[in-house]
Amino acid sequence: MNSTDMLPNRRHLLAGAAATAATVAAPAILRAQSGPLKVGVLLPRSGYEAGIGQDCQRGVDIAPGILKSLGLPDLTIMNGDTESNVDTAREHAEKLISDGAQLLVGAFDSGQSTAIAQVAEQKGIPLVINIAGAAAITEQGYKFVFRNFPTAPMLTRDGFLQQKAVFDIVGKAPKTVVFMRVNDTFGTGMSTAVAAMMPKLNMPYTIADEISYDPAARDLSVEVTKAKATNADAIFVVGRLNDAMLITRELAKQRWTPQAILSVGPGWYEDQYIKTLGKLSDGPMSFVPWYDPNKKLSKALEAALAKAYPGINLSTNHVYTFEALLVAADAYKRAGSTDPKALAEAVRTTNIADNASIGPGISFNAKGQNDKIIGGAIQNRGGKLITIAPKEAANGQPEWPMKSYQDRA
Amino acid sequence: MGLGVYLNVAVAGVLTGLVYGLMALGLSVIFGVVRVVNFAHGEMMSIAMYIAVVLFSSFHLDPLVMLVPIAAVMFVFGYALQAGLINPFITRPEHSQFLLVVALAIIIVNALLIIFGPDARTVQTSYAYDSFEIGPVIVDASKAYAAAAAIVVTVALFAFFRFTLIGKAIRACADNYTGALVVGLNVNRLYALTFALGAACVGAAGTMMTLITDVTPALGPGYTLLAFVIVITGGLGSMPGALVGGVLIGLTEALAGLLFTPSAKSMFAFGILVLVLLFRPQGILGRRLT
Amino acid sequence: MAAMIARLTNGLSRRALGLLAALLAVLLAAPWIANDYLLTVLIVILYLAYTGQAWNIMMGFAGQLSLGHAIYAGLGAYIPAVLFTRYGIGPWVGFLAAIPIAALCGAIIGFLAFRFGVAGVYFAILTIAFAEFARIGFDHLTIVNASAGLFLPVAQLSHNDLWRLRGSPTKFYYVILAATVIALILSRLLLRSRMGYFWLAIREDEQAARAAGIDTFRYKMYAVMISAAVTSFAGVFYAFFYNNLFPEQVFNISRSIEMILGPIIGGIGTLFGPILGAFVLTGLAESVTSALAAFGVDLPGAKQIFYGICLLLVVVALPEGIWPWLARRLGVAERKR
Repeated sequence: MNSTDMLPNRRHLLAGAAATAATVAAPAILRAQSGPLKVGVLLPRSGYEAGIGQDCQRGVDIAPGILKSLGLPDLTIMNGDTESNVDTAREHAEKLISDGAQLLVGAFDSGQSTAIAQVAEQKGIPLVINIAGAAAITEQGYKFVFRNFPTAPMLTRDGFLQQKAVFDIVGKAPKTVVFMRVNDTFGTGMSTAVAAMMPKLNMPYTIADEISYDPAARDLSVEVTKAKATNADAIFVVGRLNDAMLITRELAKQRWTPQAILSVGPGWYEDQYIKTLGKLSDGPMSFVPWYDPNKKLSKALEAALAKAYPGINLSTNHVYTFEALLVAADAYKRAGSTDPKALAEAVRTTNIADNASIGPGISFNAKGQNDKIIGGAIQNRGGKLITIAPKEAANGQPEWPMKSYQDRA
Repeated sequence: MGLGVYLNVAVAGVLTGLVYGLMALGLSVIFGVVRVVNFAHGEMMSIAMYIAVVLFSSFHLDPLVMLVPIAAVMFVFGYALQAGLINPFITRPEHSQFLLVVALAIIIVNALLIIFGPDARTVQTSYAYDSFEIGPVIVDASKAYAAAAAIVVTVALFAFFRFTLIGKAIRACADNYTGALVVGLNVNRLYALTFALGAACVGAAGTMMTLITDVTPALGPGYTLLAFVIVITGGLGSMPGALVGGVLIGLTEALAGLLFTPSAKSMFAFGILVLVLLFRPQGILGRRLT
Repeated sequence: MAAMIARLTNGLSRRALGLLAALLAVLLAAPWIANDYLLTVLIVILYLAYTGQAWNIMMGFAGQLSLGHAIYAGLGAYIPAVLFTRYGIGPWVGFLAAIPIAALCGAIIGFLAFRFGVAGVYFAILTIAFAEFARIGFDHLTIVNASAGLFLPVAQLSHNDLWRLRGSPTKFYYVILAATVIALILSRLLLRSRMGYFWLAIREDEQAARAAGIDTFRYKMYAVMISAAVTSFAGVFYAFFYNNLFPEQVFNISRSIEMILGPIIGGIGTLFGPILGAFVLTGLAESVTSALAAFGVDLPGAKQIFYGICLLLVVVALPEGIWPWLARRLGVAERKR
C-alpha cells in the first residue's frame, strides 16, 4: 500500500500552467487601434463535426479577396478549433479574445455557439453567428450577439412554404410523406417546429409515420424498410450528411424510389453526397437557407471557390460563413474603430442589400436576429445544384417525380 | 406491416450482425488471450478501412480481393504494436492499459484526420447497389459477401486455434499464464503473435466493412464500444461466440428499430449486455469462469 | 476545530504543509493575477481536479474501475437544470435533490454488479453500458427537451448571485475552487477513516479482505454511492456554468474518459494525484494549442496528436503516475503506512 499523500507546491502549478501563461502573457486587447480588424473564427474543425467545420472554413479562406474587391477593410483572421466540443468552444473563445480578437464569428453548432455567445456577451465583444439554428440563442436578451441564419422555426416555415411553391410549379404534390429525422439537437428541434407549424400551413400531405434515427447510425436499412412499408408518396427528411448517404444507398438497394425526397436541412446537397453517390445523388430537393445564384456577390463567391477549391459546389456552409465576415468588415468600415461597443452598434445597424443569400439582404432586429432571410429550394441535378424556388432566385425548373434508382446504371 | 417487412429486417439484421461479429472477433482474440483492454480497437479497424479505400481509389483493387493482403499488413502492424509498446503493460493494472490504448486511439483518429481529411471516404464497387430478390426478401449483395467472408475468417481462425501447435500454445497461455511460462513457452512471442492475429482479423473486418459503409476518422470509438458489447455478450475468447454475439446484437437492434423508435435501438443492445453480464457473465458461448 | 485541523494534517511534513498553503494562496489570488482566458483554463482544471477526485474515491481507494462516471455528472447537471428552468427552483436545492438520486443510481449499478460478481473490466463495461443507457434515454426524454437540448436562461450574467449560481467567471472560479478543496479534505478524511482502510484492503486483495472479516459488499457500495454523490456536484456546476445541456455531450463516454485521465496520469489512489493530473493535462492541451498557433501551424488534429504522444510517454515512463514520483523528488512523500 502506497498512498503517497499530497502536497502541492508552486513548481507543479508552473509545470502545468507555465507554458500557457507564457503564451498568453501579452493579453494585448488593444482596443480602438487602426489597421485590420482582428476576427476570431471558431469552427468545429476536428472531432465529429470536422467535415462540416472544415467546409465552413473554405468560406473563410475565400473571403479576403472578395472583401477587398468590395472596397471593405482588411480582416486579420484568427482561427480557433472548437474540437466539436462545448467547453473547448468556450475556452478558445476566451483565448481568442485575450489574444486580441475584436470580433468573433462562429460556430456552426448551436451548443458551441451558445457557449461562445456567453463569453462574447460578458466581454462585450460582438459575435456574428454564421450557422446555428436553436432559437434560444437570440432569445436571451444579448446585446453583442448577432445571427445571420434562420432559427429552427424559420427554417421549418420556409421549408414548408417553398415546398408548396415547388408543388405549384410542377402541378403535383404527394398525398402522404414519411418523416425521417435524425435524433439530435437539430432534428428534434425541427420535429417540434414541424408539429407546431404543419397544421397552420395547410400542407397538401399528411405524415404517415415519423421515424427518428441515431445521428451516429452505421446502418439505416431497418429505418428505410420501415419507411418503405408506410407506402408514402415521398420522404420528408431532416438529417445530415452521413445519414443522407446511408438512406440513399438503402433506397437503391431496397428498390424504392419515392416521388420525391424533400429535405429540410443539410446532407443532401452537400458536395460529399454528390461526389460519393454519383448518379444516385440526383433528384432530392433541399429546402434550406441558400444563396441567390443571380446575385452579383454569389457569382463572385462561385468564382472564388472554383479557383481555390476546384470541383466543390458553393453551398450554405461557405455562403453564410462568408457573410458573417462580410458583416464584420462592413461594420468595421462604418464604425471606423475597433472599439467593441462601436463595432457592436455598427453591426446592429447593418444594412447590406448586395449580399449572396436569398432575401432582401442582411439586417438585424432588436434581438440580433436577421429575420428577413428567405429559404430557398434546390435540386441535385447532374452533379450540380439547381435553385428551383423562390421564383426570383430560381435558375431552373424542378424535375418531378424522381427518376427511378433502378434505371440509373 | 406484413411478414415480408419482418423477414427483410431480420435478414438485414443477421447479415449486419455477422460483419460486426467479424470485427469483434479480433477483440475477442486480443482481449480473451492477451487480456489487454484494447480501447483502440475501432480505431485500428478504421486504419484497415482507409487502406482498403486507398487501394481501391488508387489501383482499383476490389476489397474482396484485398482481404488477405490487408489482413497481412495489419498482422505486421499488430505484431509491432504489441512487441514494441503494449507488451510491458500486460502485467500492469487495467487502468494503466486503458490509458495507453486511449492515447493510442487519440493519435490514430487525429492522424487519420490530418492525412485523409474529415470527409467520408468510400469504396464504389460495381456491385455496391446490387441486391438479390428472394421471394419477398431483398438481400443486400455487399452485405451478403461481407457476411460470408466473416464466416470464412471465423472458421479459419477457429481451426487455427483448435488444430495447429501454435494455436494450442496460445490457448495454453490464455488458460494459464504461469503454467505456460513453466512449461517453457515463449509467452512474449506468443502474445505478440496473438495480438497480430487479432489485428489481422480487424484488418479483414475493416476491409469488408468498406463494402457496406463509409469511413471517417471519427468512427473508431463507436465501433470500439460495439466490439466490447458483442465480445462480452458472445463470450470472451470464443470464436463462434463473437459471431453469435454479433448476430444477436444485430438482430436485436434491427427488430427493436422496427418495433420501437429506431433512434433508441442501441438501448436494447446495452440492455442485452447488462443481462448477460448479470446472468451469464462468461457470455453466451464462453466457458464458465472460475 | 484545532483538533480537526490537527487530524487533517497529521502525518504531513512541515514542508508539505507549507507548499500546500502556498498553492492555495496562489489559487486564491489567481483572479487578480490571471487574465480571463487563464481564469477559464483554471476553471476547467479545477473542474477536472474535482471530478478526478470524486472518481478516485471509487477507483483509487476502493479499486472499482468505473468508465461511466458521466452518468452521475449528467444526473447532477440535468436534475437542478430541469428544476430551475421548469419550476424556478435554485441550483443549491436542485443539488440537494441530485445527491440522493445520483447516489441511488450508483447504488443500483453497484448492487447489481457486486451481487452478481461483476468485477474488473466487466464492471467497467457495465458502468459504460449504464451511462450509454442514460445517454440514449435522455435523448428521448421530453421533460429534459430530449436531444434538442436544455437551455438555461442566462439573464443577469453581470449580476452576481451566488444563491442562484449566476454571475461572473470569478464567482464560478471560487465555487469550483472551494469544491476542489472540500473534495480534497473529504478524500483525506475518508482515506484515514476506518472505511478508508477497509477500502484499501479491498483494493489490494478483496478475498483477503473478506477473509479478514470485512463486509466487502457493503464497503464497495459505500464507495460507489459516495463517489456518485460527490460527482453529481460537478454536473450542477457544469449546467450553470455552460448553461446548455445536450445528452449527447453530457453523458458521452468521452466525458467519462476525460474525468479519469487526470487521476491516472497524476497518480491513482493518491490524494494529490487527481489535482496534479488535471493541471498537467489541461495545461498541456492549452500549451500545445498555443505553441502550434505560435508556430503558425493551423492543422486541426495536430494538437490532439501531441497530446496523445505526451499521454503515451507519461504512462510508459511513470506507471504509477506523476505525483508519487514528484512527491519523492520534493521530499514530501508521506511515510509509508
